[in-house]
Amino acid sequence: MSTKNRELWEKRYEGSGLRDADFTSLSGRPLQPLYAPEDLGEFDPDARLGYPGDYPFTRGVHPSMYRGKMWTMRQFAGMGTPDQTNARYRFLLDKGQTGLSVAFDNPTLYGRDSDHALAAGEVGKTGVAVDTLADMERLFTGIPLDRVSTSMTINAPAAWIFAMFLANAEKRGIGFGALRGTLQNDILKEYIAQKEWIFPPEPHLRLITDLMAFCAAEVPQWNTISISGYHIREAGSTAAQELAFTLADGFCYIEHALAAGLDIEDFAPRLSFFFNAHLDFFEEIAKLRAARRIWARAMRERYGAKNPRSWLCRFHVQTAGCSLTAQQPEINIVRTALEALAGVLGGCQSLHTNSMDEALALPSEKAVEIALRTQQIIAYESGAANVIDPLGGSYYIEKLTNDLEAEAERYFRKIDELGGVVKAIEQGFFQREITRSAYEYQMALSRKKKFHVGVNEFVNPGQALEIPLLEIDEAVERDQIAFLRRTKAERDNGAVRDGLNALKRAAAEGRNLMPPLLDCARRYATLGETSDALTEVFGEYREQPFY
Amino acid sequence: MAERRIKVIIAKPGLDGHDRGAKVVARALVEAGMEVVYLGLQQTPEAIVRAAVEEDADVIGLSILSGAHMSNFRRVRELMETAGLGDRLLTGGGIIPTKDQERLKEMGVAKVFGPGDDLMEIVEYIRLNARRASG
Repeated sequence: MSTKNRELWEKRYEGSGLRDADFTSLSGRPLQPLYAPEDLGEFDPDARLGYPGDYPFTRGVHPSMYRGKMWTMRQFAGMGTPDQTNARYRFLLDKGQTGLSVAFDNPTLYGRDSDHALAAGEVGKTGVAVDTLADMERLFTGIPLDRVSTSMTINAPAAWIFAMFLANAEKRGIGFGALRGTLQNDILKEYIAQKEWIFPPEPHLRLITDLMAFCAAEVPQWNTISISGYHIREAGSTAAQELAFTLADGFCYIEHALAAGLDIEDFAPRLSFFFNAHLDFFEEIAKLRAARRIWARAMRERYGAKNPRSWLCRFHVQTAGCSLTAQQPEINIVRTALEALAGVLGGCQSLHTNSMDEALALPSEKAVEIALRTQQIIAYESGAANVIDPLGGSYYIEKLTNDLEAEAERYFRKIDELGGVVKAIEQGFFQREITRSAYEYQMALSRKKKFHVGVNEFVNPGQALEIPLLEIDEAVERDQIAFLRRTKAERDNGAVRDGLNALKRAAAEGRNLMPPLLDCARRYATLGETSDALTEVFGEYREQPFY
Repeated sequence: MAERRIKVIIAKPGLDGHDRGAKVVARALVEAGMEVVYLGLQQTPEAIVRAAVEEDADVIGLSILSGAHMSNFRRVRELMETAGLGDRLLTGGGIIPTKDQERLKEMGVAKVFGPGDDLMEIVEYIRLNARRASG
């Protein structure tokens, strides 16, 4: 466009008087007032964008996107006992949800049984407690596992929770080949952000590689890992850090699997991703588009994958829990709608929308129904699903996509200099970067450089909470522990001991751990017994507290 | 005698990895000139109070987003009394419903903070309410 016209506009812009406000993105990125063709420089749409379903997949992983298949509406849910959670799943499926997503409680996430000393007060509080196969049976009673796909947010003990899931399918006569779903199984982001680990990184990485090899042969439709930026963002990272750290974790998994002798085309098509959709609408869309492009290029060029399915960055999106406010909780519905729309315009394969009450408690039935309806409005009323990558070609979106990609590349070089992801974790690199960003954001709120409606501006002082909250009854813990004791009394304890001993031998001898884990699950070995058996061989991990 | 720096123990009890708030507050307190000992994750109430005794801390801050706040605050408060730290400030933050905040107050826990509370307000509260060494 004409330089002269641009200069004229710039003069008029400078002279028009600007509000005294912060015009950076949510992540603190400086932004121009306007983006124009010249900001894109030598922009080659064939190389940078391609067509949907074509390399480098900037515009989407499928040729038809939501005209072919609507994204999967998958609400993360779990609370109390397996029976209570089962009732919530049936409610959600009845309301039109199209996939399941299991939220486990904290003890389960740490591989501990409900009667462990550290579990006191936490059983069933932030998710469902699963101690043995018997709980897995209760959790999925009456749910057609061969027709509904199931995502499980579990990491450190992912392999033995998955073994229980498989053992349950087996008991119900459902072949492993018919099972569809995703295991989060992303331990690297645990060390970086969510902090739920059992062993040091190397044994955890080996378990992940074992699971990838097992599923390639036995559970071919299962996504073996969901490489997650969500928790990195929730811990306070910027959009660029979320993008870079997540994809760097992905490269680390690829390199471990290759080093273990796996063929890239056997496991890469089953890798999936999980990103956050935060409040900065355009930056989030650009981040998701950049993720696809960076991943495709790395898979094709750096790792030499030949099958286009190995190049795809397919991902789940969840709206940002950390953007929700305890104050005026109803307005969280609006935040979530904007974030969800960003996820959709960014081309997600599945989506979770947070409920308005999640800064206060686990979602009530009413709140989760509104959250699901929000997705249905975007899908079926707004028109957003009619056209593929509708913001593609926007000067602003394309410039942001380029900039985020470049920022991620700078982080990849830095991580390489530190000796790779595991070394960078051990040095506290990611942890410090994230804490710095979280602190800067909190200070920006404190100084009112950034606003959070109802929190540091537009507040309703003294307003009482007007929405009903879900409460987890204290009886849940007692009931769950009683059920666990009963299960242990009724099983064949000799068979459990033999199973755990066989598991320890396989761990020490370097054999694939999925077959012995499956045997332990079939015999009703508990989650904690299995964790303890493996800890004897692998040892425990302790983090040096960085801040 | 010169006033000594306020010393704060920050810890995450139980099985809860949500450490964003704990770390941001730790950093803000350091920036405000206080001394912070961040114990990190998976701390038992016993280990927290032991550290407070060893460090002769003025303040203990617990960060709990797991829903296990009642049992953890109660236990830490009891152990503080036993250890002769009854005059020190026990505060904290996390996802803590208003009605539980009232119950915490009754058991001797000071103000607890939640999502959206201003960082500078937290710093000021600790500055004003920390037990000061009388010299």
